[in-house]
Amino acid sequence: MERILVGLKRVVDFNVRVRVKADGSGVETEGLKMSINPFDEIALEEALRIRERGEAQEVVVVSIGGSECQQQLRTGLAMGADRAILVEAAADLDQLTIARVFLALVQKENPDIVLLGKQAIDNDNNQTGQMLAALWGRPQATFASKIVLDGTTATVTREVDAGLETIAVDLPAVLTTDLRLNEPRYVKLPDIMKAKKKPLETLAFSALDVEQAPALEPVAWSPPPQRQKGVKVEDVAGLVSALRSRGLVR
Amino acid sequence: MSRVLVIAEHDGSALNPSTAKCVACAAELPDPEIHVAVFAEQGEAIAAAAARLAKVAKVLRIDNPANAHALAAVLAPQIAALADGYSHVFGPSTTFGKDLMPRVAALLGVNQVSDVMSVEGAHRFRRPIYAGNVILTIGAPADRVVVATVRAASWQAVEGGNSAPVETASVDAELPGHTRFVELSAGQSDRPDLQTAKIVVSGGRALGSAESFDIIYRLADKLGAAVGASRAAVDAGYVPNDMQVGQTGKIIAPDLYIAIGISGAIQHLTGIKDAGTIVAINKDAEAPIFEVADLGLVGDLFTLVPQLEKALS
Ligand SMILES: Cc1cc2nc3c(=O)[nH]c(=O)nc-3n(C[C@H](O)[C@H](O)[C@H](O)COP(=O)(O)OP(=O)(O)OC[C@H]3O[C@@H](n4cnc5c(N)ncnc54)[C@H](O)[C@@H]3O)c2cc1C
Ligand SMILES: Nc1ncnc2c1ncn2[C@@H]1O[C@H](COP(=O)(O)O)[C@@H](O)[C@H]1O
Repeated sequence: MERILVGLKRVVDFNVRVRVKADGSGVETEGLKMSINPFDEIALEEALRIRERGEAQEVVVVSIGGSECQQQLRTGLAMGADRAILVEAAADLDQLTIARVFLALVQKENPDIVLLGKQAIDNDNNQTGQMLAALWGRPQATFASKIVLDGTTATVTREVDAGLETIAVDLPAVLTTDLRLNEPRYVKLPDIMKAKKKPLETLAFSALDVEQAPALEPVAWSPPPQRQKGVKVEDVAGLVSALRSRGLVR
Repeated sequence: MSRVLVIAEHDGSALNPSTAKCVACAAELPDPEIHVAVFAEQGEAIAAAAARLAKVAKVLRIDNPANAHALAAVLAPQIAALADGYSHVFGPSTTFGKDLMPRVAALLGVNQVSDVMSVEGAHRFRRPIYAGNVILTIGAPADRVVVATVRAASWQAVEGGNSAPVETASVDAELPGHTRFVELSAGQSDRPDLQTAKIVVSGGRALGSAESFDIIYRLADKLGAAVGASRAAVDAGYVPNDMQVGQTGKIIAPDLYIAIGISGAIQHLTGIKDAGTIVAINKDAEAPIFEVADLGLVGDLFTLVPQLEKALS
């Protein structure tokens, strides 16, 4: 196998609780810690392990967005990716257009596998991998918790509501990661230095000849309804009587 | 008028309750005519169940050996072919719908509205983003088909008692052979289903082992409850993945949720925001779970949970 393409989305770090702007015109992201989407870190880790087992030659990381996404790409290179591609575009590009950008890159790079996260933890869309697979006319194996390769097919165990489903897909294919696929490695300082010398190519969105899809239009942002803070009960007897008085237990 | 195609979820023999919730969401659209599509190997019983759902005008049954297992790559081209003439195509926000519907959307050349929690108009919806910390109102283009997934926890299933006509349909779509089902290893359980149970008891990292998790099962059985878990408990191997509650697990809305030895990380809270009453048992009085719990009990779970089980006898 030649090449694996990995998507790295820049998102607000999972530990940060975001808020709606005071005037309701959007989400306050100024000054917040930004990271690689956690599912994408898992995707990159998996790609690196595949390469380290000798089952692929090259791992290419891709980010689509503003020039600040270079940070996440550099982190990806420090983790061990061979090279990086930044597609410079508006940060709020819609998912179908992003899938079209990935398709344009797929046609350029001819990967055997495209590994993406199952969902970006900012918009929680869970769409891009499935859309890319549809546009490319290739298989998808989403929510992967185990990937076994044998050259021409991938046997993927998927986390589904009923339990664990295993499917076999012919390559090339799009795979998306779930949390239990692996635990990503930590980046070591010397690797950060080395990563500065690795190639990072920048492409303009406009140079890719991608048609923009009809986008969904965000209209309003609001905080979720807050739950009332409850009470503490003294002991088990207090809990049981509170539950009984609410008619929740017999 | 809204002409809505709802894609039924099933396991080959029974209709999944998520379908009745999709129908409830579709019924909120202006002047809806709702059709349910059943793709199966042999979908007679499933289609009959769908035809009993209130608000359904017609059930379309598409039997094909290729539809024996829900493979998105196989179903999506059939749905795209069937979608002609519909203003909306809805599927549930379960792993079935999340896998399938974006593939349908891409074939139809539109973006997908994920996790619809309310309908504000034919082309306007509300949905959670940022792990439910923000609610976004979103508009879809009025001149295009709307493809959406429906957030089950936000909707009450429609009633039964209907007898909508069932039609056999055939679709003209080329089906790929590049994706093959191998096996499903489903958690065997006689307990209620996590996604529809009225009471859910969940355990977290604090349980410490698969063996200790037994006290959670015992309490659940006393209450006739389903059992859930935090990601930490699943990652540590105490329980299987299908029990995870949260942003990346199951989003649930039981009448009563009991969180035991769970700290209350935002990703976990996302999964229980719509619960009726939340009870937390935790030894740390400052644990964030107490910020959302209606009833909190501070103390050691290994003492309190057996006491609780006894008190309920
Ligand atoms: C992208 C992403 C997605 C995620 N998705 C999910 C998700 O879907 N669901 C989810 O749950 N998490 C999810 N997480 C993980 C989440 O951030 C937390 O790490 C996780 O929920 C913590 O699980 P926990 O509460 O069991 O463990 P901890 O946070 O370790 O909490 C254990 C709690 O038990 C209490 N305790 C310890 N001993 C006792 C005792 N003897 N008696 C009583 N109380 C005791 C402690 O005080 C503590 O509050 C996600 C994280 C990321 C990054
Ligand atoms: N702008 C982007 N840049 C790089 N990868 C992306 C981008 N948007 C989405 N992806 C990939 O697609 C996955 C799913 O995103 P989403 O469909 O938005 O939930 C992410 O985990 C990434 O791997």
